Amino acid sequence: MTENIIQVSNLSKKFGDITAVDNISFSVRKGEIFAFLGPNGAGKSTTIKMLTTLLTPTSGKINLNGYDPVTDSKNVRSSFGIVFQDPSLDDELTAWENMEFHGVLYSVPKEIRRTRIEQLMKIVELWDRKDSLVKEFSGGMKRRLEIARGLLHHPKVLFLDEPTIGLDPQTRNHIWSYIQNLNKEEGITIFFTTHYMEEADRVAERVAIIDQGKIIGDGTPSELKAKTQTASLEDAFLNLTGHVIRSENVSSTDHMRANRRMWRR
Amino acid sequence: MKAIYILWLRQLKRYFRSRARIIGSLGQPILFLVALGFGFGPVFQKAGGGDYMEFLAPGVIAMGIIFTGIFSGIEIIWDRQFGFLKETLVAPISRLQIMVGRTLGGATVATLQGVIVFLLTFAIGFKLPSLALLPLAIIFMFLIALLFTALGTAIGSLLDDMQGFQLIINFLVMPLFFLSGALFPLDGLPSGIKAVTMIDPLTYGVDGLHATLTAASQFGILTDLSVLGVITVILLIIGSYLFSKIQI
Repeated sequence: MTENIIQVSNLSKKFGDITAVDNISFSVRKGEIFAFLGPNGAGKSTTIKMLTTLLTPTSGKINLNGYDPVTDSKNVRSSFGIVFQDPSLDDELTAWENMEFHGVLYSVPKEIRRTRIEQLMKIVELWDRKDSLVKEFSGGMKRRLEIARGLLHHPKVLFLDEPTIGLDPQTRNHIWSYIQNLNKEEGITIFFTTHYMEEADRVAERVAIIDQGKIIGDGTPSELKAKTQTASLEDAFLNLTGHVIRSENVSSTDHMRANRRMWRR
Repeated sequence: MKAIYILWLRQLKRYFRSRARIIGSLGQPILFLVALGFGFGPVFQKAGGGDYMEFLAPGVIAMGIIFTGIFSGIEIIWDRQFGFLKETLVAPISRLQIMVGRTLGGATVATLQGVIVFLLTFAIGFKLPSLALLPLAIIFMFLIALLFTALGTAIGSLLDDMQGFQLIINFLVMPLFFLSGALFPLDGLPSGIKAVTMIDPLTYGVDGLHATLTAASQFGILTDLSVLGVITVILLIIGSYLFSKIQI
């Protein structure tokens, strides 16, 4: 039996009357690439927030790298790296400063930090831009920098929340081959979400599909296809989740983005 | 400790990089100094109040500090909306460390802003009677800065977006400033207004600056320091509590 690096049992999260995550259980094996799929508003982000200590579960248990995010958040936080769906870099700092900042927050010793920052930034091909302010970067460059940053403290698990959204096929390929390589060479477990089913089909070893807060299917992509008697993971996904378009709450972020420039200068 | 230091450093770097912000936030104090200082100067003199510029300078220094301070604290909203806060919240450090680092950084920036305004007042004609109390004046500037950055952090932790910012400025910051004795002497005010000025924490900050810069204090340096110190600590506690409750 292979070891599970993430073990989720009977996890629920309620916001008032709304149940965002409804009694889900799943596990992720050490060293695998795991895709967590679902339509908008299915509970993906809420689950990731609970796994990464940003939200406290209403009920249920999580174990990540042997620690409980609720009682042992510090150890859990040292165990994972994360690339959020929205950019989380400081635009007013340089690429190198963003890396340095992260390294200090994760108490990576100075010598190791400096070497790793150089290595990682070379791998994501941003070393020659290390002294540029992040606000001058394109979307793809920011993504690459965030991935490099998420790896700086050598996490056991790397969470990628829609890592390739809005990227061109070249950048997307580049990023995935880099991630797959990391997974193989360093044995880092990859937990990612995406809306691109062919991407999940291609890179994920195992998949879980969540809809309306419940896990409605899990297994390898071929198992899911066989189960639903479909030819592609996209069809399997639609077969399981239905064809209705989901609504998603609009946050105030959109508003903010519009106003941001005005306030800044 | 290192985490607090890097968070502090970040605030400073951001400050020194946005020259537009430094210059922009100097505009208001300069306008007050020039327009009010020269405008009311003769009337003030005739009424027997003495040199108005000398009276006004400490208040305008305080103004530079409180606006920068509250703004630095409220910037938490942006960090939250633009994701950077998440990066710090998932790091293996406590929220108290994040709050302390940020607030110290914001307060340092606001103090620097106060020092710049202070230097500008010289250019406009403010004369410092003695340099002996200058270190104490800097301490007062830092305390005012800390108080208002903590207040900004507390407010920023409660708000979801910048829509309420104007409200805070007009209904909280402006009244605190106008009723602090920064622009006019507090003696001889109607008792209702007087009572309000007495519960305005900035009154003690401005009085402390008067005491240290122009040697004209109403309450005495010790009272000013204690009141300001106690309220700053209370606001730091409230700010930390509200910050610890932020949900992403």
